[in-house]
Amino acid sequence: MMEAFDILTTASLWAAVLRIATPLIFGVLGALLCERAGVLNLGIEGIMTMGAMVGWLTVFLGADLWTGLAVAALSGALMGLLHAFLTVPLALSQHVSGLGITLFASSLSYYLYRLIVEVGDLPPTIAPFRPLAIPFLSDIPFLGPVLFAQTAPTYLALAAVAVLAYVLNRTPVGLAIRMTGENPHAVEAQGLDPIAIRIGAVVAGSALMAVGGAFLTMAAFNSFFPQMVQGRGWICIALVVFASWRPGKALLGALLFAFFDAYQLRLQNVVEDVPYQLFLMAPYLLSILALILVARRAQVPEALMAPYRRGER
Amino acid sequence: MTAVLELDGITKRFGTLVANDAVSLSLAKGEILALLGENGAGKTTLMNILFGHYTADEGEVHVFGSTLPPGKPRAAIEAGVGMVHQHFTLAGNLTVLDNVVLGSEPLMRLQSQRARARARLAAIAERFGLPVDPDARIGDLSVGERQRVEILKALYRDASILILDEPTAVLARPEAERLFDTLRGMTRGGLSLIFISHKLHEVMAASDRVVVLRGGRNVAERRTADTDPDELAELMVGRRVTRPRRQQHATGAPVVIGTDITVREGGERRLDGVSFQVCEGEILGIVGVSGNGQAALGRLLSGLARPDAGRLTLNGEDMGALGPRALVRAGVGRIPEDRHAEGAVGELPVWENAVLERMGTAEFSSRGFVRRGAARRFAHTLIERFDIRGAAAETRTRLLSGGNMQKLILGRILSAGPRFILANQPTRGLDEGAIAAVHAELLAARAEGAAILLITEELEEAIGLADRMQAIVRGRLSAPVAAEQADSRRLGLMMAGMWERDDAA
Repeated sequence: MMEAFDILTTASLWAAVLRIATPLIFGVLGALLCERAGVLNLGIEGIMTMGAMVGWLTVFLGADLWTGLAVAALSGALMGLLHAFLTVPLALSQHVSGLGITLFASSLSYYLYRLIVEVGDLPPTIAPFRPLAIPFLSDIPFLGPVLFAQTAPTYLALAAVAVLAYVLNRTPVGLAIRMTGENPHAVEAQGLDPIAIRIGAVVAGSALMAVGGAFLTMAAFNSFFPQMVQGRGWICIALVVFASWRPGKALLGALLFAFFDAYQLRLQNVVEDVPYQLFLMAPYLLSILALILVARRAQVPEALMAPYRRGER
Repeated sequence: MTAVLELDGITKRFGTLVANDAVSLSLAKGEILALLGENGAGKTTLMNILFGHYTADEGEVHVFGSTLPPGKPRAAIEAGVGMVHQHFTLAGNLTVLDNVVLGSEPLMRLQSQRARARARLAAIAERFGLPVDPDARIGDLSVGERQRVEILKALYRDASILILDEPTAVLARPEAERLFDTLRGMTRGGLSLIFISHKLHEVMAASDRVVVLRGGRNVAERRTADTDPDELAELMVGRRVTRPRRQQHATGAPVVIGTDITVREGGERRLDGVSFQVCEGEILGIVGVSGNGQAALGRLLSGLARPDAGRLTLNGEDMGALGPRALVRAGVGRIPEDRHAEGAVGELPVWENAVLERMGTAEFSSRGFVRRGAARRFAHTLIERFDIRGAAAETRTRLLSGGNMQKLILGRILSAGPRFILANQPTRGLDEGAIAAVHAELLAARAEGAAILLITEELEEAIGLADRMQAIVRGRLSAPVAAEQADSRRLGLMMAGMWERDDAA
């Protein structure tokens, strides 16, 4: 049993937590941005798959890693534009459109992958992002390897939390996004266009989601294969609620889930006689518990999922 | 005087409905213009076109001599037009300052200039006498304060023409009078105002000039000083409609008695120790500004809420624990507040709605099957008896006008010969003709001995129908006042919660 506790003191566990959290952070920020503007984006699972494939493929075809990340973001933005077009000006059901996008984007990704890439016994690989040891800081015992020897996208994710929090809370455009999620009629009455704001937020949010997906193939791993997003998109949707629609708490939620995940992986090795499937299940179970405890106090954007049609109340 | 605003031949169609038909009007500087008309006369549509929420099919809007591009609220705001919407356009979870500042800064600015905005808001609030806490969450403000924020939003954008859509719909009369005092003060500072109303007394009291809309047309313009309420009423309705008056008669034994009833919902006391009784052949009027516990009282008497404390009896037997079905069986008829949401199922045909409450009785079903023939015949008799126009038994109910839908609901209830009727806002949103019909039916039920509890926001309705009245304020009921002692002034004060001093009645 002592071994189970010893894991908690290893730097590798905590470094893994940050690594596992990275795609979740991008995903949850993207979902949060969409929802703050009033649009639920259940296309996230497919958009992350799309980002994972497109980012990897771009690099596989010869581009550098950062270009790959940018192209992945662009592919997510395009999927977001499709979702936004269906749900905002056309005001179709956000659930139906989102699930449709997930199916469409995943299938399209697999299809394009098979079409362009020749897969032998093993999937082809790329040279992924390497951990970026920050001089001096990464030499600090324990904290160094955990915080200062991550890959560049991880730092980008952490920066994105701060940037999104600042934009939402301190800038005029952030206020407009929040207001659109609360009451789009108020936005129109103040002379702004809630439809444009919603489309913009969904496009930007979807780009973030795709970057989260791209992390999987370009940093956490070095190849693409079907089903690799593994429900991370759905976790992000739940984390938004857990975070009560706040970027800071979203980071916390992503780290918490990543901790459960990293810990169970290591527990599998030290605890015998327990089927490993139980451990695999644990993060999800614990997330549901955390969600129940926190989400009852969550402050939902009032106009979330309420379609806005001009001239109607 | 020069016109600051001109509407020129505005026409707006929604499908086959002509909401505005070549309406023209003008507004002079410093003037208060009342736009008077019944529900559906096209007042709000017209103002929404002016502000750019809608695009007109024909016609133009001129502000200070230049033409506004259609369909652009931003252009209207920049031209100096501000609109105070009837359903406030505020975000409840955000602060006053957030709501006011939105849209006033360039969107791509890197930092919102909060300190400057705060100072500016404070200066405007001070200048126009509209004090407000900039950091308060909108959701925590009273309705009157929210309206203040809505007005401040327009003033913050330098509005010189202010449009107010039914500004007093949510205010008690003293609050409304205060609002009009404030507005009057603003016009002395050079502001011009248009307010929408269907209340004759406030049009007479507050406006310089009246434009009457009926069926989407500008049917008359009068200087307020040159007209009177009777003329305006006739212009508004298009014919002389007189509401029936209550005849004095003796009332019988108490039917429904509520004693010290408290109802809590969602952790809040919606009703707080209220007592009332309604006798045979009596109408008890509960007057109050909406949102003061009427909804909870309605649910209590419909079997949808249980008293947490106190006792509610129907003919001496406990009624508090009865659900809707048991109440209907015990002879309670219910006219719900929102006829579309709770009164009738819009997508079902008229005949199904007509028997909905009694579908399970032997009259309309046997062995688990609906007796469609009997139900249709019954619906047909209701249509005849209650003069439900534009309806056959098979008509989908949502196609009925508000007045005819209300007659259907009334017919469903009254045909069962109820001993107690809950009439919750029975004429909300109806035109004068339909109001007169509903009033006549309620008075007929009263004459036959039904006990009726009438919840209303319209003082005139309470005065016309009720034998006794109680005011509802923040979940509490005043002592009853007999109709003879209740005039609109006293009721207005009671609705504002000022009854504690004269509980004598």
